[in-house]
Amino acid sequence: MSAIDLLNPISEQELLKLKAGDRVLLSGTIYTARDAAHKRMFEALERGEELPFDVKGQTIYYVGPTPAKPGHVIGSAGPTTSGRMDKYTPSLLDLGLKGMIGKGYRSEEVIESMKKNKAVYFAAIGGSGALIARTIQSVEVVAYEDLGPEAIYKLTIKDFPAVVIVDSEGNDWYKIGKLQFKQGQGAD
Amino acid sequence: MALRTIFYEEIVNQVAAMCLEANFELGQDVIQAFQTALKKETSETGKDILKQLLLNADIARSERVPMCQDTGVSVFIVEVGQDCHISGGSLYDAINEGVKKGYEEGYLRHSIVDHPITREKSKGYNTPSIIHIELVPGDELVIHMSAKGGGSENMSAMKMLKPADGVEGIKDYILSIVAQAGPNACPPLVVGVGIGGNFERCAYLAKKSLFRPIGHRSERPEIAELEMELMEKINELGIGPQGMGGNTTALDVKIEIEPCHIAALPVAVNLNCHASRHKEVRI
Repeated sequence: MSAIDLLNPISEQELLKLKAGDRVLLSGTIYTARDAAHKRMFEALERGEELPFDVKGQTIYYVGPTPAKPGHVIGSAGPTTSGRMDKYTPSLLDLGLKGMIGKGYRSEEVIESMKKNKAVYFAAIGGSGALIARTIQSVEVVAYEDLGPEAIYKLTIKDFPAVVIVDSEGNDWYKIGKLQFKQGQGAD
Repeated sequence: MALRTIFYEEIVNQVAAMCLEANFELGQDVIQAFQTALKKETSETGKDILKQLLLNADIARSERVPMCQDTGVSVFIVEVGQDCHISGGSLYDAINEGVKKGYEEGYLRHSIVDHPITREKSKGYNTPSIIHIELVPGDELVIHMSAKGGGSENMSAMKMLKPADGVEGIKDYILSIVAQAGPNACPPLVVGVGIGGNFERCAYLAKKSLFRPIGHRSERPEIAELEMELMEKINELGIGPQGMGGNTTALDVKIEIEPCHIAALPVAVNLNCHASRHKEVRI
């Protein structure tokens, strides 16, 4: 199965072509944020303040890396569970966020907002943080440095492997993929 | 009978080494389970994921970097021989000091908040650990350590079933928890199950079962059979590696049972991600 090369930020034309189940190799610039950074961004928006970076057109990677060993760009850096960010995500999508990378289910509310705002959700392989670290070429702190691994970082990536889970039409690969292999009448 | 003395510093050093090994070196039991799964998996994406996880394990081992950024909460089950004496400080302090040393020196992640509500970060690097002590005959100290990730722990659950629900009720409950967890718990999973005991004991049994190596069956024939049956049923759910579809949803199912009240049938399901990081040292 071949993978689609995709440059971040992703152009609208490329984004609309992506289909749930597509394998991609992501390159370019992305931003990191997980629980604590999302909470801070959400609270900033509630207070009417600006976000520490313009999310319009950008991709956020849900990750809290381990500290970099001397001589390394970054430590282990695999995806964390995206569902914990669901509460904060529709506000970011409304501001123009176009891509999210993580692992695990998204809420119906997030998927609806993705359809409305034409955004895409990718999953990286959970537990492959050492492998993913090799695709990260540079790391620059953007905001909330006091949060350590939970701060917002700007990453330059090259050929970061991921799969399109929810495309801009709301198709969900977790549902489609599972149905292809389900046997018998087990639990859903 | 003279007590055997075990020194505080030795425990600190052994624990620090275990923390590094658990995070850098994927267990041989897991590697073998991946290789077996690769032969059976029919999903192309699933196979590719298993291959990437094997490659990831190679990188982690050779570069001495953690295989996953979630280097976990350190959970210990310590068998303390009643004829041994720990000299130089408390066993709990020695374990926490070892964890702090291992996690800091190994560039592992500090993932502990001191206060679950305010979310204030703990001052001791990735401590306090969760430490269970079991007093046993003999003069040895056996330390079992697991670096337990948050993603799989979050999808774990427990229920007080009714005795009338029986074994069918138990199976349905376990399958429902695995199905609900889907991709979130990082399948292929190791599914740890506790049945019996009481409310807190049942959860502990589920956790304890995860310390057994993959492929190790219960010594009770009826429980070993239940483990194998559940493994088959879980793999028929279709969830597959990383929830993207496939027939490798579980690498193993472990069940521990204990006596319980005539009114009770507690069942706990503690999920573990594919890395199933656990180590053991005997002092």
